[in-house]
Amino acid sequence: MEYILIIISAVFVNNILLAQFLGVCPFLGVSNKVSTAVGMSGAVCFVMAVATLVTYMVQYYILVPLHIEFMQTITFIVVIASLVQMVEIILKKISPSLYQALGIFLPLITTNCAVLGVAIMVVTKEFTFGGDAHLLNLGQSVVYAIASALGFGLAMTLFAGLREQLELSNVPKAFKGIPIALVTAGILAMAFMGFSGLVK
Amino acid sequence: MSNLSLITKGIIKENPTFVLMLGMCPTLGTTTSAMNGLGMGLATMVVLVLSNMAISSVASFIPAKVRIPCYIVIIAAFVTIVQFVMQAYVPALYETLGLFIPLIVVNCIVLGRAEAFASKNSVIRSAFDGLGIGLGFACSLTVLGFVRELFGGLSVFGHKLADADGMLAFVLAPGAFIVLGYLMVLFNKAKTKIS
Repeated sequence: MEYILIIISAVFVNNILLAQFLGVCPFLGVSNKVSTAVGMSGAVCFVMAVATLVTYMVQYYILVPLHIEFMQTITFIVVIASLVQMVEIILKKISPSLYQALGIFLPLITTNCAVLGVAIMVVTKEFTFGGDAHLLNLGQSVVYAIASALGFGLAMTLFAGLREQLELSNVPKAFKGIPIALVTAGILAMAFMGFSGLVK
Repeated sequence: MSNLSLITKGIIKENPTFVLMLGMCPTLGTTTSAMNGLGMGLATMVVLVLSNMAISSVASFIPAKVRIPCYIVIIAAFVTIVQFVMQAYVPALYETLGLFIPLIVVNCIVLGRAEAFASKNSVIRSAFDGLGIGLGFACSLTVLGFVRELFGGLSVFGHKLADADGMLAFVLAPGAFIVLGYLMVLFNKAKTKIS
């Protein structure tokens, strides 16, 4: 039950893009076409799940026992950067077709704040799914990461579809490009506000 | 380019938010009030100046192939320092900004300036460049926060103007996107009129 609550909360209620503003750069940068948006979301989902798994273990098996929690930011970003590099190399070797599809997005993910944001959030923020406030355990953290990435993908794909239509419509000159995209994102965020209160 | 113009270019001509459109996550996430926007902008500015100086002084020793990871580690070290200073001296602001302070590490502005400017210029010039871009970022965050606070809570820098409720949507997520979109339009209009 708790896992279902985590998934609903991360995908709809606290959507990582439209409610928490993490990962807005790729959201505005690579959302011109639905196909690229789906590719980017796939890559983010993969990296976010693996990165959260690894950083969670780094936090509780290395940083906490050694009492060096203050090294969190530095350690996490190094772990994520090397992980992205490693995933790229492994993917190239094992599945060239998947590498072709995700390849160009992978280097971009290192500086995607959603990945570092979720990694830090699961070890510092207390969640209140199903009763008392508590920190997530390993399984819940990974589920939360995957659900967040799905929420990212959902918002990204919806937004890319809207932007494809916007290309064809006649917008005032000053609004062309990013400004009209931002206003559209605002309206999309308003729609997602309808989900608030669904999960506490 | 003189040192003074390095500072002014960051505010108008190369404004990181309205012209370069970098660092959107903290721009949208932290600007619920003018004070929060200013705090976030200043924190980023400090990191930017320090990391620009550090990177420009060691850039010649770093092999080109591993420069990005090296830059990120340097930036992360300064972010950690800023995080501790804020936790000690402005705990209330530290609480409100929360997650977004460690996330300065992945702010594209900081890494972007390291790569595009600090790695090729002297320490002094890099410091001024960091100061200029940082000021531009702080200004735009304060303006965005000011507008959202004014409409959303009918207050200016925490001082209530009228005893009534504002339009809550401006403080919530949709307001961030919409206000930024409209500010960008105004900025573009003003810029074309001047030039």
